[in-house]
Order: sequence, then structure tokens, then C-alpha cells
Amino acid sequence: MRISRDRVISLLVIAPSILAVAVFVYGLIFWTGYISTVKWDTLRPDYTPVGLANYQSIFANNRFLMDIRNTVVFTIFFIAASLAIGLLLANLIDRRIRGEGIFRSIIVFPMAVSFIVTGVVWRWILSPGQDAAHPQGVNQLFGLDPTSNRWLTDAHVVYIQPDSPVYGVLHDIGLGFITSPNIGVPIALLSIVLAAVWQMSGFVMILYLAGLRAIPEELKEAARVDGATEWRIFRHVVFPLLTPITLSAMIILGHISLKIYDLTVAMSGSGPGFATDTPALFMWQTTFRDGEFGRGAAVAIVMLVIVAFVVVPYLVWNRRQEVEA
Amino acid sequence: MSSIDLVVTAEDEQPAPVRRSTTGGRGSRGPHSRGARARITRVLLYALLFLFALWYLTPIYVLLVTSMKGSSDITPDKMWMLPTSINLGSFASAWAKLSPNFINSLVLAVPAAILSSMVGSLNGYVLAKWKFRGADTVFTLILFGMFIPYQAILIPLTQIMSNIGLYGSLQGLMLVHIIYGIPITTLIFRNYYAAIPTELLEAAKVDGAGFIRVYRSILLPLSASGFVVVLIWQFNSVWNDFLFAVTLIPNQANWPVTVALNNLSGSMITDWNVQMAGALIAALPTLLIFIILGRYFVRGLLAGSLKG
Amino acid sequence: MKLPSRRILAVLSVTALVASACSSSATPSPAGNTPGPTAAVTAAVTPAPTAAAGQTPVEVVSWWTTGGEASGFNAIIDAFNTANPTIQVTNSAIAGGAGSNAQAALQNRVLAGTPPDSFQVHMGHELLDTYVTPGYMDNLDDLYAANGWTTQFPKGVLDIVSAKDASGATHYYSVPLDIHRANVLWYNKTVFTSNNLTPPATWADFVTDAKVLAAKGITPLAVGDNGIWASGMLLEVMLIAELGSDGYNGLWTGVTDWSGAKVTAALNDFKTVLGYVNSDHSSLTWDQAADYLIPASAGAQPKAAMTMMGDWAAGEFDNKKFTDYGWIAAPGTTGVYDALADSFGLPSKAQHKDQVKLFLTLLGSAAGQDIFNPYKGSIPANSTAGHPATGAKQYSAYQTWAMGEWKADSIVPSLEHGAAAKPSWKGAVEAAVTVFVANPDVPTLQAALVQGCKDAGICK
Repeated sequence: MRISRDRVISLLVIAPSILAVAVFVYGLIFWTGYISTVKWDTLRPDYTPVGLANYQSIFANNRFLMDIRNTVVFTIFFIAASLAIGLLLANLIDRRIRGEGIFRSIIVFPMAVSFIVTGVVWRWILSPGQDAAHPQGVNQLFGLDPTSNRWLTDAHVVYIQPDSPVYGVLHDIGLGFITSPNIGVPIALLSIVLAAVWQMSGFVMILYLAGLRAIPEELKEAARVDGATEWRIFRHVVFPLLTPITLSAMIILGHISLKIYDLTVAMSGSGPGFATDTPALFMWQTTFRDGEFGRGAAVAIVMLVIVAFVVVPYLVWNRRQEVEA
Repeated sequence: MSSIDLVVTAEDEQPAPVRRSTTGGRGSRGPHSRGARARITRVLLYALLFLFALWYLTPIYVLLVTSMKGSSDITPDKMWMLPTSINLGSFASAWAKLSPNFINSLVLAVPAAILSSMVGSLNGYVLAKWKFRGADTVFTLILFGMFIPYQAILIPLTQIMSNIGLYGSLQGLMLVHIIYGIPITTLIFRNYYAAIPTELLEAAKVDGAGFIRVYRSILLPLSASGFVVVLIWQFNSVWNDFLFAVTLIPNQANWPVTVALNNLSGSMITDWNVQMAGALIAALPTLLIFIILGRYFVRGLLAGSLKG
Repeated sequence: MKLPSRRILAVLSVTALVASACSSSATPSPAGNTPGPTAAVTAAVTPAPTAAAGQTPVEVVSWWTTGGEASGFNAIIDAFNTANPTIQVTNSAIAGGAGSNAQAALQNRVLAGTPPDSFQVHMGHELLDTYVTPGYMDNLDDLYAANGWTTQFPKGVLDIVSAKDASGATHYYSVPLDIHRANVLWYNKTVFTSNNLTPPATWADFVTDAKVLAAKGITPLAVGDNGIWASGMLLEVMLIAELGSDGYNGLWTGVTDWSGAKVTAALNDFKTVLGYVNSDHSSLTWDQAADYLIPASAGAQPKAAMTMMGDWAAGEFDNKKFTDYGWIAAPGTTGVYDALADSFGLPSKAQHKDQVKLFLTLLGSAAGQDIFNPYKGSIPANSTAGHPATGAKQYSAYQTWAMGEWKADSIVPSLEHGAAAKPSWKGAVEAAVTVFVANPDVPTLQAALVQGCKDAGICK
């Protein structure tokens, strides 16, 4: 009897949390999904069904298409740079250096700072200055010409131009659509990546460092005895063992980049030609500035679906690992 | 301390003492046995580390020097120079503008962190030690809540908050942070408690201890470092939050400091030194926590990455 | 409802006191640092004290937190509170780029059913489409009738603050406190005299001047479109210059064809002019761009010669103690007053309607407008105003000039400042301009503008 009474208490203890998550996560997602199918386009809620019109409208909106481009580009560069720098630094730190604690703290402290603070500071550092005679920030520091180094204000998008040799080939094989500026890399976005990597690479470093230190020294020693070079040891022994960490880091960074909002708001807003616009900012402005709640909800649902594509398999995988363990 | 260290789940970021002794030996032997090449590698290694350290510290340098400049020193072309004279007036101006919001953030983040960690601790206890049928599935479903883009719940959240009369209030924002903090706090505590040997609990149960007494007399005394980790984590995320605050708090008097800072930097007639001083003020609490309790902060980072 | 004239006199004398208190910068701010703007800011941002016992608190939301506008609004509030000891009006100001934060925050509050007693909103479609049409506002017909405002405000203003109901009757929904002009070209006088140039009357003249200036290494036109509205205003002015006031008005009512040749010509002008702006425009705010007209030191060459900005730019120059500036109507828009106004309305769910109506009465009165506008740099919307009390802050040279223009010019509503079109339409135009500024392609922009009019439900 005693066991079952405790069982009841345990369920009562966790019930409020389950209920809260059920309502505030799943219930509200469902409600947002519903709003995305109604007219509601002024401050006054209007639940006239419109089917998928809101989705049609946002996918016909060039700004939203650029936002998706930006998200993809940002995610790729942000994850690649953070992983590379994090892994490099973890390996450096792991080499029994003097002042390890200090270096580690310097690398990790940006994590303690809000994206807003990061954005405010980097926005200033990355403002280019007006012309060759008046460089500012990084341009002044490194003696660069503001007219060609535009950082946050660079409106260029690098994409496959008609005069490029592959342009014709792509069109011939039916892949002409990827020669659009909407499939390209906006230069200004890379400045945001710089700030985001500054903030998040320490996190990756910590993950890898923990991973490196969990690898038994004997494993590496055995390889050394076999005459393997340090690089080969890293490549064939260490790195494979770090795979789960790499995956975890990719998911964490990936979902951050898909949701990124604060940092771009503080640094550049939409940026020149929407070069630094994000779905999150588009959603917020559509909804709370323009009063187009139905369309805003549609953007939110698209964001959710993209994130779910990344996260759900990971959660399932994580769960399996646990069951196996 | 030693009893706590027994149950640390996240890797301790300090290398284990045993390993340190072996590494010390290798470190002292290295330069002699490998000669010049090893020394060059060593120099390169430090050079790289210093280079990266410079990069990480650049914004702090800019923040510090700019915020100490007087208004004659703050033109953009003097950004990298040290102040010609130390002028702390910008801190006074920034504080005058941000202090009410700074206090709001404290009033918001401290109780939110405490309540969150209590909720997380209880949930973690149940999900680690009182697993019911489907507990792992429920846990995975809860976890999903920490990954969702909050935009997907923002519109109805605004509606609900205004229906229950909490829209625009710090209490309402606190409630939101506690609710959306459930996944991460539950995760950290669940992994934390999972490492406590179940035999310990079984023994207590045999002695007649129930759900509550096991928690109070066994789990809780072992939870100190877990609480520190979660408190720091939640304090940081509440303190640094922008999206919820900017959406749910329309009145400036109730803004937390992040929203006020963003507005300060977006407003028309604010000098750079004041903005930078404001940014420093806004970053100070979390930075201080990092400096004092960095160990636990790092542990939270690791625990937050699921596998722990 | 009408304030007795004795009360207005009391208000005026109080104002004089307030004005002198404000202008004496001897009052140190709490922290003891340099007085000046900071002191005013602190006063505005610090939450106002709650009403004392027996006082009715009235909450008014504005986005005036800094500089002259905050001083002016606080002066008018102080004057009101002193004259009405049983009422305590507080200004819950929300800062941020041209009120954009304040607007979103306000919309959320109105949606949540907890609006303030009154709030600042641009007169015109921003008010009408956002708040009036969905039924969130009470009309102010009684105030307009009791105070004779239907004759005191010019017809151009009355048209913009009113809407017709289903039966065709006209109702007034907000009290305009000030009038700003969006189409003003500001220039550095020394740059023009030393290069033997005259400020351009047309955009063709502008290009001629710009070539000379560019050859000297001076950026002809400083733009700060970190908030894209600054470039949106440039487009707005181009459209007025090419289409004239009637043609421009027709754009917002569906009469003028967005795909027409004149619009194309305006967009081509826009493209040409963008070739003469500072390259870092997208990283600057409008005021940072305006600062490009100010030489780093006396006699030095400034970074830029001109900037096209609303008349709040004068306040920025005055703040920076820069006096060497001149102004004319933006090229091609002489005789047109591209107007915007900050106005205050009455939410249906306001808690203290009777008290806030007293305050609105002061805002609309000549006395109230003469307290506020000298600080703000704008001109009074009430045509009987223009004579601040002796000892109070007086109108500047620019304002005096603008009041003259206001009487003579034809008035058109500004797009970027909420007068001409509803927010989502403005958002569509801004989105098109954002793309255009980065990659100036006229057909793309024009197609987007045509689509914007259709999406807004005005064009077929």
C-alpha cells in the first residue's frame, strides 16, 4: 500500500509541470496553427477561415524567401565556424598549457553575456565608416578601406551570376533556379556570424574539452606505440570518439541559429536589402507591428516545422541511446 | 564537498588529480626529449591561444575604454584609443536611465530562478527515481519544449496573459519563464539524480521512508551543486531574455534591462559612452556570476547539451 | 468640457515657471554628472510617481523620452497637473526609433484590453486603420464641437484625423498636438557658398550640385536608413516631386496609377539620387547621418553637404550647437507641405475618460500647443496658436518660416509617418525600398509598389 501511496504523490508532484507543458507548449502551438488558417489581419481577432492563404502569402513574399536563405546560410557558417574554432581551442587547451584556467575563462565568458549586449558592442565595432578618409571600427584597426569593406552594411549577395561558367550548365540540366540571388550568401550576414561565433564557440570548446578529457590516455598511448603520428591519432582515434559531441553541438547551435532574433535586432535589424533579416524578425514585425496575426502565425509555424525537422530525430536518437545505456 | 562530487553528472571540468600527475610528468619531459620542434609547436600553440584570447577580449576592451571616455573622446575615429582622461560620468548617466530596469530584472530573475530550480528538482526526482509507465516518453515530450522557437507560441501566449490579467506585469513574465524553463531544469536535475545510486534510495525505503522523506533526507542534501547549476542557468537565461520581455511587457516602467538597453542603443540622442556603460551594467550580474561560480556555469552548459 | 479661460491663464503662468525651470541647466541629475539633455531624459524615463491620495491618475503613453520633445511634453503635463490638482497625468514614455517600439507595445496593450487613458499616435491611417476601424477608439466629436476646433484646425488636418461612419457622418478621433514637415532639405551653408552653389530647387539641380560636391570629396546627400523609413521618406518626396500634391494623394486612394510613367520617372530619380549618398547609410540612424553636415572642427570640410529629413533635424543640429545650416523645401516639392502629426486619442476602454478629456482639451488648445511646440521644433496644428506667452520658450527661425509655409502650402499626408496608408501597406513599401536600396532595379520596385497597393485593398 505504501508504494502506491508514494506513486500517487509522485504523480501529483509532476502533474502540474506536465499540464503546464501540455498547455503552454503543445496547446499553444496548436492554437498558433489554428490562427495561421484564419483571416485575423487587424488588431481585432477575426477567426474567419481562409485555408492556406496565409501560407501562400508568405511564400509569395520575397522577404520571407530571403529570410529562409539567410537562415540556411547563417546556420551553415555559424555551425561550421563554431565547431572548427571550438575543436581547435579544445585541442590547444588540452595540451597542458600554463594558465589554462584563464584561457578557458576568456573563451567561455561571452556565453554569460546576452545577445543584446553582444549585438550592441559588435554593431559598433563593425560599423565601417563613411569612406577611405574616415574608416571606423575594424576598418580603422586593420587599415582597411570602408568603401570595399562594408561589414554589416554590405548589400552584396554572392550567387551564381549569368557570366559564370557553371551558369549555363546549371540551366541546361534544369537547375537554373539555383542561380537566383535567393540562393546565395549575403555578405552582411557574415558579420552577424562573426558575433554569434564569438559568443557561442566557447560553448563548443567546453563540450569538446570534456570529450577529450573523457578519452582514456591508454587509447592514444597504444596508437603512439604503434608509431602513429599525432595527426593520425586525432583523425582516427580521437575524432571518431567525439562524434556524439559533434552531433550534440550541431543540434544545439542549429536550433539557436534557426531561432536567432535578439542578436540581429541589436546589430542590424533587417539589414541592407534584408541581408540580415530573419524569419523571427519577420514574424514579429508582421504580427506585432503590422497587425497581420494570421500571417505572423504562419511564419511561426514554418519556423517550428524547420526546427522540428532538426530536433525531433535528435530527441528520438537521444532517447534510444539512453535506453541502450 | 566530497559527497557532492560523488554525484556530479556533468564532467568535472577540472582534470582528475590522477591524470594531472601523469600529464605533469609528460609536460616536463617533453621539451628535453623532443627538442626544437616541440618548442616551436609550443610557441605556435601559445601564439594561437593569445590570438584567440585577443579576439574574445576585443569587445570587452571596447566596452571598457569607451564607457570611461568623456563626451569629447567618443567620436568613432577614437574608438580604439584609451581615454584621454578617466570619466565615469557615462556610468552615472547609464545607471540613471537603466536602474529601474536593472532592478526589474533582479526582481524578475532571482525568484524565477529559485522557483524554476525547485520545480526542476521535484520533476527530476520523479523522472529519475519514480519512473511511471511512459515516463521516458513524457520526458522526451517535455524536452521538446526547450527547442521550440517561441514565436510559435507567442501570439496565443499574449492572448492568455491578457485574459488572466498578467499581461504587462513582471509576475506574468516570471510565470512564463518558469513554465518554459521546465524542460531544461527538469533535464538537468533528472540527469543529476540519475547518477545517485538507486540502492541508497532503496535502503531508505526499506527503513520506511516515503516519497517525501527520501527526497528530503537523501536527495536534497546531495543536491547543492545541482541547485547552483540550475540557479545560474535560469538566472542567466531570464536575465538575458529579450523576446518574451519585449512582447509581453509594453510599459517601459516594467521593462527588464535587456529591453531597456536595446532601446537605449536605438534611441536618437544617446552617446556611445553611455551605451557602452549601459551594456556593461546590463552584463555585470551574469559576468560576476561567471567569474565567481564559473565552474558551475560551465557544468550547466554541459548539462544543457542533453547527454551531460 | 471647455476649460474656462481663467484656467488657461493659470496654465500659461505655470508654463512660464516650468519653462524657466527647464532651461536653467543648473539642476544636476541625480548622479551629479553633466546636466543638460541627460537631466531631461532621466526625468522622462524614471517612472512617474503614483498619484497621491485623492488624485485621479491618468496614464498617457508617448514615445517622447529625450531632448526637446520630452521637455515640451513634460512641460505641458506639469502645467496641466498644476492647474488640476485632483488629476495626476503621467507620461509613460516608451523610447525607440520613431516610435516603432511604442507602437508595437501599444497595439499589444489595446489588444489585451488594457489601453492607457490616451496615447500618442500619428494622425491618419496609423490611427484609423489600426485602432478606429477595429472599434477600439471613442470619437471626440464633443471636444471638437465644444472647443470650436472644427474651425481652428485647417481642413487638411481635419480630413486626416476624421473618418466617416456607415451613415456617412464625419467623426473626429484624435487631437493633433503638432505638425511636422517631412520634406525639408537641410544643408551646410559654408559648403554651398564656398563652392558657389545654390541649394537645389529640383532634383535635376541636385544632380548638378552633387557632381561638383562629389568631385570635392564631399558626400552630396547624407542618409541614415538603419531604420529604413529614412529612405522611404526619400521615395515619398520623389513621388511628390514628380506627381505633384494631387497625384501623390491619389496614390493612396487608388486614383493615381502606381504603374504609370510618372511613378517610373520618380523611381528613376530615386535611383539616381541614391548614387550620391554616403556608402555607410545602412549602418547609420538619421541623426548620425545629419551629423555628417557638421564639420569635425571649425573650418574643416564636413563629411556631407545635405540631408533630406523631417524638420526634427533642426533640433538635432541645435543640440550639437551647430548653427551653420540652412533649409529649403526638398527639391521639386516647393509649395507642398508633406505633413505628419503626433496626435492623442481616446481608447474606448480608457479608465478615466472625463479626466483625460480635460487633458486632451489642453493639448488641442492654442495655449497648450504654444507650450509644447517651441520645444519640439514643430508648428502648432491649431491655427489660432503661434503666440507663446512672454517668458515662455518662443518659436525658432525655422518654425516661424514653417508656419508661414503651412498657411500657404497644399498639405499632403506623409506615408512614412503613418498619415497616408495603413501600417501593413507602409510595411510593404518599406520592404520594397529595403530591397531597392541594396539593389536598385526600377521595374522590380515598381512591381512591388503596384502589388502593395493591391494587397492593401485600395487598387484592383
